Amino acid sequence: MAWLVDDEIMDRIEKLEIDFNRYGVDAYGASKKDMARAGTIMAWIYRRYFDVSVHGIKHVPPRGRGMLVGNHSGGLALDALIVTSSMMLEAEPPRLVNAMADRFIERVPFGAMLLSRLGQLTGLPEHAVRLLNDDRLLMVFPEGHRGTAKLYGDRNSLVRFGTGFVRLALQTKTPIVPFAFIGGGEAIPTIANLEKTGKFLGLPYLPITPYGPPLPRPVALEIYYSEPIVFEGTGNEEDRVIQDCVDKVRDRIAELIERGVRIRTGRGKASQS
Amino acid sequence: MNVLLTGIAGSQGRLVAHKLLAAGHHVIGIDRRPWPEAPEGVTMHCADVRKRSAEEVFRSVRPDAVIHMATVTHLAQRSEDRYQINLQGTRAVFDHSHAYGVKQVLFVGRHTFYGASAASPLYHSENDPPQSVNVFPELSDLVASDLYAGSALWRYEELSTCILRFCYTLGPTCNGTLASFLKGKRPPSVLGFDPLFQFMHDEDMADAIVLALEKSLRGVFNVAGPSPVPLSVVIREANRKQVHVPEILFRLAMGRLGFPHLPQGAIAHLKFPVTINTEAFRKTTDFVHQHDHAKIIRDFLDACPSPA
Repeated sequence: MAWLVDDEIMDRIEKLEIDFNRYGVDAYGASKKDMARAGTIMAWIYRRYFDVSVHGIKHVPPRGRGMLVGNHSGGLALDALIVTSSMMLEAEPPRLVNAMADRFIERVPFGAMLLSRLGQLTGLPEHAVRLLNDDRLLMVFPEGHRGTAKLYGDRNSLVRFGTGFVRLALQTKTPIVPFAFIGGGEAIPTIANLEKTGKFLGLPYLPITPYGPPLPRPVALEIYYSEPIVFEGTGNEEDRVIQDCVDKVRDRIAELIERGVRIRTGRGKASQS
Repeated sequence: MNVLLTGIAGSQGRLVAHKLLAAGHHVIGIDRRPWPEAPEGVTMHCADVRKRSAEEVFRSVRPDAVIHMATVTHLAQRSEDRYQINLQGTRAVFDHSHAYGVKQVLFVGRHTFYGASAASPLYHSENDPPQSVNVFPELSDLVASDLYAGSALWRYEELSTCILRFCYTLGPTCNGTLASFLKGKRPPSVLGFDPLFQFMHDEDMADAIVLALEKSLRGVFNVAGPSPVPLSVVIREANRKQVHVPEILFRLAMGRLGFPHLPQGAIAHLKFPVTINTEAFRKTTDFVHQHDHAKIIRDFLDACPSPA
């Protein structure tokens, strides 16, 4: 057994319905060993550090192409990490989520290497099309940068959505699975984003919390997956038509968030600050 | 058919010549370098493709098809010379082919055409533009030759022009960019980067060239073999010891301390992947590569064992 690899996680990696070559590497550079290692660490964070509950994971197609579309919640990539872990740890069979990583990471030593070994590619339209045509599960946050910069008070709101994901879904005939991620804003309660310091560190900006660095607090996190939405079309529709589809997905996510927040408050797990 | 092969004396050129003979073609070779042990069936001409003596070969032989492999790809050559040989040589080949009734010209190009950069996608299609000539100017002659060859598609419509962009090759010839990189005991890599490398067997490359010729392929095609693997895996499987060098030191160490003398732009190829999508070629020609990763590396190791 490789160092720092849990047997259970390795089993789940083995169950992934992906073609790996003789070196345990897939066509995009994802390595079984590295995924198992990262998965082992993430499983601990997922199960012991946070209290994650997942609802409606049955809505995510077990195989074939799919697009997980959700809200950003919490600075840094906490939401992406937890959603990816949920598909790895709780879905049957487990699925590898392909995120579209920020371009700046490619230039940072170890950044590009780590990402590609974990099966994550740079956010380029060519990559998205290819992955979907390869029947992968893509994760998209249409709020983009604007979404990760949300401050504590706006944690359960949505900012403007980009429209590219709908054209992509139409072009590749991919079902969209909207999801809501709740609690990230409480895990990393951002009070300000420092742009200059961030640039200095090679990040787009650095989120600051009341206690200083953006270290996540061990709070409850919730993911709500909704039933898939399938749009009919070619992807060459006018912006007006596309915008209607985007609004439909955005409304679904807003609904999920609202429902989730209501339950969360009812359970007395609302933020304590 | 009569096939004229420029750059025949190179290790890849020889391999292609043998394959063409085996397929029953008559081979005429042009090269500045001699090939004394050329097999029967090969007519050798010692000439520079840019010179008049080479034109005379076209004039007297009247080949049916031309395979242009006389491009300098290694970076040891001074870049001005390379530029002259690669671009003027390519121009001469197409002009003579047009003038002397050649039906088909095959240009053998490289996947490095697309360039390595952080913002370039994996699996380039033939439609992608060359992206990083600015960071790696030493490759501009190959990019220019490739594009110039492609322009023959509209300049000389009667010619069936085909541009093949090959990924790295590796195997028994122990020759080529990747083989040279792996020859030493301790190939250097850039700390914190592990790009995917796409390579195919020397023999598969030669087979693909002959196949393209026999199918009278027209257009631009990427050609690759098995799926790409991380550089670290290639180095490990080739029984070499990978040395991780921070980028700053890497730039300083080039050409010193036993490090290869490489232009600065070459570092990008050790940081970012250049991988190509070869579906179009496979679909059009039914090409199937015969050698997998293990066989390619085994053949390379047999020819080029790890230095003790």
